Parts: sequence; C-alpha cells; structure tokens
Amino acid sequence: MNLAPPLLARYAESLFWMARYLERVENIARLIEVTYTFESPGRESESWYALVRINADEESFSRAHGVADPEAIKHFYLIEADNPTSIPAAIEAARTNARVLRPLISTEMWKQLNQFHHALTAISPAELEGDALSRLTDRIREGVQAQTGITEGTFFRDQSWHFHELGRLIERADQTTRLLDIKFHVLVPYAREERRVVELTQWGSVLRAAAGYHAFRRVAPVDFSPADVVAFLLTDGSFPRSVRLCLEEIERHLVSLRIRYGLGGTRAALERAEEMRALIGSAEVERLSAGGLHAFLDNLQSKLILLAAEIGTAFFRDWRPLATDPAGQQQTA
Amino acid sequence: MDVAVEDPFLGYDCGPFFCELGTEREGDKGAAAAIRRRIAALGLGTLRARARAAETDLFNLGITFTVYSEANAIDRILPFDCIPRLITAGEWAHLDRGVRQRVAALNAFLEDIYHARHILKDGVVPAELVLGNANYRPEMEEFPVRFGTYVHIAGIDIVRDEAGEFRVLEDNARTPSGVSYVVENRHLMLRAFPDLMAGMRLAPVDDYGQRLRAALSEIAPDAALDPQVVLLSPGIYNSAYFEHVFLAREMGVPLVEGRDLSVEDDRVFMQTIAGPRPVHTIYRRIGDDFLDPTVFRPDSLLGVPGLIGAWRRGHVALANAVGTGVADDKAIYAYMPRIIRYYLGEEAILPNVETHICREAMGLAYTLDHLADLVVKPVGESGGYGITIGPRASVAELERARAALTADPANWISQPMVGLSVGPTLCEEGIRARHLDLRPFAVTGRETWVLPGGLTRVALKQGSLIVNSSQGGGSKDTWVLADGAPNGAPNGASA
Repeated sequence: MNLAPPLLARYAESLFWMARYLERVENIARLIEVTYTFESPGRESESWYALVRINADEESFSRAHGVADPEAIKHFYLIEADNPTSIPAAIEAARTNARVLRPLISTEMWKQLNQFHHALTAISPAELEGDALSRLTDRIREGVQAQTGITEGTFFRDQSWHFHELGRLIERADQTTRLLDIKFHVLVPYAREERRVVELTQWGSVLRAAAGYHAFRRVAPVDFSPADVVAFLLTDGSFPRSVRLCLEEIERHLVSLRIRYGLGGTRAALERAEEMRALIGSAEVERLSAGGLHAFLDNLQSKLILLAAEIGTAFFRDWRPLATDPAGQQQTA
Repeated sequence: MDVAVEDPFLGYDCGPFFCELGTEREGDKGAAAAIRRRIAALGLGTLRARARAAETDLFNLGITFTVYSEANAIDRILPFDCIPRLITAGEWAHLDRGVRQRVAALNAFLEDIYHARHILKDGVVPAELVLGNANYRPEMEEFPVRFGTYVHIAGIDIVRDEAGEFRVLEDNARTPSGVSYVVENRHLMLRAFPDLMAGMRLAPVDDYGQRLRAALSEIAPDAALDPQVVLLSPGIYNSAYFEHVFLAREMGVPLVEGRDLSVEDDRVFMQTIAGPRPVHTIYRRIGDDFLDPTVFRPDSLLGVPGLIGAWRRGHVALANAVGTGVADDKAIYAYMPRIIRYYLGEEAILPNVETHICREAMGLAYTLDHLADLVVKPVGESGGYGITIGPRASVAELERARAALTADPANWISQPMVGLSVGPTLCEEGIRARHLDLRPFAVTGRETWVLPGGLTRVALKQGSLIVNSSQGGGSKDTWVLADGAPNGAPNGASA
C-alpha cells in the first residue's frame, strides 16, 4: 500500500551518490589508518604510495606533487579539495547531493552533514602530523558513523531508503576490495620467518582498519593464514563489511524495490549481483592469496561498476542523456 | 531585578517615529510592556549570548542564502534580531482586510486587462502603461484562469508612518519570497527565547504549507481527482533555494527542476524511477521569461519546452499565472487606489504611500516644485536603480533629476520620504531603534487567506531605511496577538 507518488529520478540518483560519497569518506579514513599502522620502518614512502596506487591516482598525484613523500600523500587525500579522490572532495560532493535532497531527507541528517562538511573542509596541515593524524581519522570515521546512525533512526523507509542503501553498500563492497588490495602493493622484503610475523601484523592492521579484527579472532583458526583473512573479508556471511554480505544486502534492497514498488527495472542489476555472489562463492581463496588476488579484486571492482551502471540506466540517467547539473557531473564511480 | 542588571533599554530613543514595541496603542493588553520587561530582566549579556547561539543554529541548519563570488559559494544567514515585532489583534484585522482587498483588486485588474480592458477604455489607467509594459504578456489575452485568480501568492510590502498609519509601499505579484523566514524565525524564537513568549497567545504561523497546498490543489485542472502539485525551482544554486526546500517540505510535494519535467501531447510529466507521472499544478519559482524556451527566452535552461502550450490547453495550472508582473509594476502601483475603487467600489483600506504621477500635469508640477523633499523613482526599474532621494541629494543630483523628469515625465513617480516605524533592535551599542517594514503573504485559490503577521524586515544600519537583505537588512519574528484572552502576565507579575 503506497499512496505517495514514485520517487523523482533525480532524487534517487542523488540519494545513491550521497550515500556513496559518505561511505567513501569513511573508507578513505580507514585506508589512511591501515597505512600508518603498517609496520615498515624505513619504507614509509612505499607504504603511503600504496594509497595512491589503489586509488589509481599515480598520474594526478605526480602532476600535483612530483615526488611521493608521506606528507604530500596525506595532504593529497586529507586537504586538497581539487583532488577528486580526497576526503574534502568527497564530503563536498556528498553535501551537494544532500542539498538537492533537502526536501526529502530529515532535518537532522542535513544538519549533521552540514556541520561535518564545515569541519572537514577546514582540516589544517597540523592535524596531519604525529599523533594528531589518528585523532583526525577517528573524527572522520565517527562523523560518517553519526550520519549513518541518524539516517537509520530518522530517514523515512520508502523507495528512497533503498536507493540510499544501494549506494552505500556498493561503495562499501568496493572499498573492502581496495583495503584488501593495499596489502598487495606493499613490498615485504623480509626473510622467511621474519616475513611471516610481519605479514601477520600487516593483515591484522587490514582487519583492524575494516573493524573486523576481533570478529575475525573469534571465527578464525588459532594459526590463521593470510588466506583466512582474505576469505573473511570477501566471503564471511556475518561481517558487515565483507563483500558477500554487502552483495546479499544489495540483492535484498533490489528485491524490495521490485516487489514492494513494482520496479521491474531492477532485473538487470539483480542478475549482476547474483553473478558476483557466485563468483565470490566459488573463489579458491587459498590459491588467490598465493597470487592472483590483485587481478581478482580488480575484476570485482569492474563488476561493481557495472552493477552501479545497471541501476543508473534503469532509474537515473537514461531518461535524459544530456544531464548537465554540476552535482551530477561530479559523480565518479 | 533591582540593581542586578543594567536596563538594556537605557539609551533607547525612537525619535519622531512610531515604535512597534513602545508607542501606546489600543488592544495590546500589556503585551508590549511585558516583552520589554522580560527583555530587561534577561539583560544585554544573556540577550547577546542567546542571539549568537540562535544565529549559529540558523547556519548549522542551513537556513541560508548563498552568495557566489568568483571562486566560492558562501552561505550566509539572513541576520536575525531576537526582539520581536508586535502586532495587536485589531491591527492585524485591519491589515488582513487591507491585504485581501489589495489582492482582489490585483486579480480583477489582471482579468480585465487580459480580457475586455474596461479600465483602459474608461481611461482610469493609461493604456500604454499596461500594453507597453515589458511584463505584459500577449499570450495571456483571452485566456481564462480558474476563479479569476492570477496572483495565487502575493507579498504586499507595508510600512508604517510617523502617525502610525499602515501604508502599502509595493505589491509583489510575481514570486515573492521570504515566507520561510516567517516560520523559521518563529521556531527559532521558540527554541532560543521560550521565556519571552511564555503566556502570550500568538496567532500561529505553522499552517502556511497546508493552506498553500490546498489553494494549489483547488486550481488544478478539473480532470485531476488527486492533483499532483510540484514546486518548480531553478535548483540548488539559486539564492532562494532554502525557501524552495522549505515550501516543498511544508506542502509535502516534490521540488522539481525544469529537467525533471517534460511535455507530451500538451501534458506535463515528471520523471520518476517508475517512469513519467502526470503533474497538475506547478508552483513555479522561476520568472515568466524562463518558463518555456519555445515561447519566451530561447536560451533558458531552467524551464520546460512546451509548458505554456500545456497550460493554454488547460492541462496544467501555473501559480502564479504568467503575466502578473504588469500589475506589481511601480507605474501601476501609483494607480492602485483608483484600481481598487474601480473594481471594488471601495476606498483602499491600506492607503498607498502618497504618490505623484509625473505623467499627469499636476503630479509633475508638484514634483518639480518639491524636488528637494521627495523621493523620485523611475517606473520601470526595480532594485532601487535610478532613485533620487531629494533630502539626501546634492544640488547637482537634484538638477540631473529635474532634467530627467522634464525630458520624460511619464517615466517617473515621486513620493514623500516616509518615516518608517522602528522597533528596538539588538545592536553593537545596545538596544537601539531601527526602521522596519512588513511583508504579509496572501494565498489565493478560490478565496484569499493571509498568513498572520508576515516577514518583518529591519534595516540594521542606524538611520537606514533600506531593509533589503542585500543591503544590510535582517529580520525579526512577527508576533500577532490572538484575539480574546489577555496577553502577557497578569499584573505584570512575571518577568
């Protein structure tokens, strides 16, 4: 029973992107956390440069800064609003979409986001130094989490909610693949036993950044291997940031849109999601972790882009190909 | 409260002007005195602290307008003064009747000039003033609008002179803005100064959205059983975007942009996730010129191609109607008392500011004789361009005005300087008198309803008569006392 008129296509698109950008803000903060907690004395630059590589920012970074030193990389992601993959750029895009959505979202959502935006566009270089950095990333994570909580508690659960969640979950799945990938990019030039210990520490950092360390400890064997970590982040059925759980949730939202609101346009996206879930289910994690993980993750990322495109084609973009709003132009998958 | 706080009204002097919180008047039932007493009891320090917190609140809530500079978009709040402006029940009854009369006359005038043109034929208003007006729309000729309502939303700018008489300064019959502040200011006062209004019975302002939606549903095409109303906005980069959001939310209707709408077979649709859905009434917050690039400005990206065609076929209603700008023009303003008399057979309940029409010999002669005492305004312009304020002009400026007047008298009107009423306002120096105006908002479908109160704007600069937000103006909450029960604390017991 639904008397309200269907959601404006433009609102659906903005909801999807607002949620994506917010999730991205949280995840950039998580990636930064995992980077500075990696133990690689003497190799700080490589560690930090991994961040540039997993965001595929090599070119734009070198244009802006040339040499890759940790300070420049932190600056690049935490302060530079003209870098489209930075936190200030993501929060700006989230807020622009939120402005579009003001008639729809709750005042409490808007107010928190508005204040959070003011705070994040005023990050000072001093906050990137020493122990201040971890406090800053804490603050950023908590800001997004506050928004998530306010949304959960105040946002009207009609069609709009589903589009919001779809954006959030697709971004989250994507970011989990990137978090896993960061490990691939960090060189580990140690001898055998030493290397095993360092690796475990590093995987621990990845798990911590994904907020999965303790849960992993509960479910993993005592003598866990890297393959167990990879399996946990990709296929665990209960961990909120695992790719599998995100995909299951995505399917649930698409099914709701189809059944409750009669939106047949969800079909193609549902097929994509099922296909990805099957891919993850059949992945031989043991072999992947020995080599080929990066290519696998790359493949997952491309498939997530296709999934988002199916949703976009069905509901946002196809109705007027020449959408020229600045809010729309900034949306980058 | 003997010695604890210094009286913040110390040094308050309203001069020769009418004070909206001080000048004695009937029917205030002690409310003004109670408000002054309570403010005094709070003291300047508390007032300032709460006023600052209230403004921060506005900023965080994004109740702002956006100013664009070269590189940045800066969100500004409309400065808010926490000392309310008071209107008694009797004063409001008078204003309410006056505004409704004004709106009735505006609509009758528009209906006439776009149909039979009696008023032009009878020579009451010069035909060229209407037909040669840039805001006259030939597309409207012989086109019937439901209930004869052209101006569904009107904002009438009213000032109060030294004698306490309310006078209309300007009619806004296109897309008047500011109503969101009326409601938001009240909410802000309830949060920040609940003790100031404790026990006062004020006319509520919360049902504007409902009333507006009802009126917009009334004017929808007949065939629509459950009309879909939308608000058409230029989008998030418009400086009044917050108001558009506010109105859409209060009405519970979608805020759309031109690109959300399309026209097929002379019917308007909005694009939803389930495909196109019919739209029946559009409250448009964009000007006539931008509505439909196939009829008006071809370069407009804000509008909807084919919209005017759909409208003329009667498949969608527009509020306000196209072509209302001809009625709120300064040239027509001068004729409003005659227009009211012509259509309604009544005298204007709210007089104009005395206006001399220079296209008429008497008006011109008077203006030239009293140039140094008058404000001379060109009729076609808006935004204060080309105005000469006689008492503040240099000899050279006066001579230039005289030359312009003589060269083209029809382009000018003149008015005396009006000593606008003042209200106590929190300033750097303390509580000081600042000039105010009032913009009540009238909503008309089948009938006219006026939101009690309206937007009180205040010129924050000392001596300034310009209340516009672009020139240092702010706003106040407008308290209309409800009729009946006593207001304020009995015997002045509470502070």
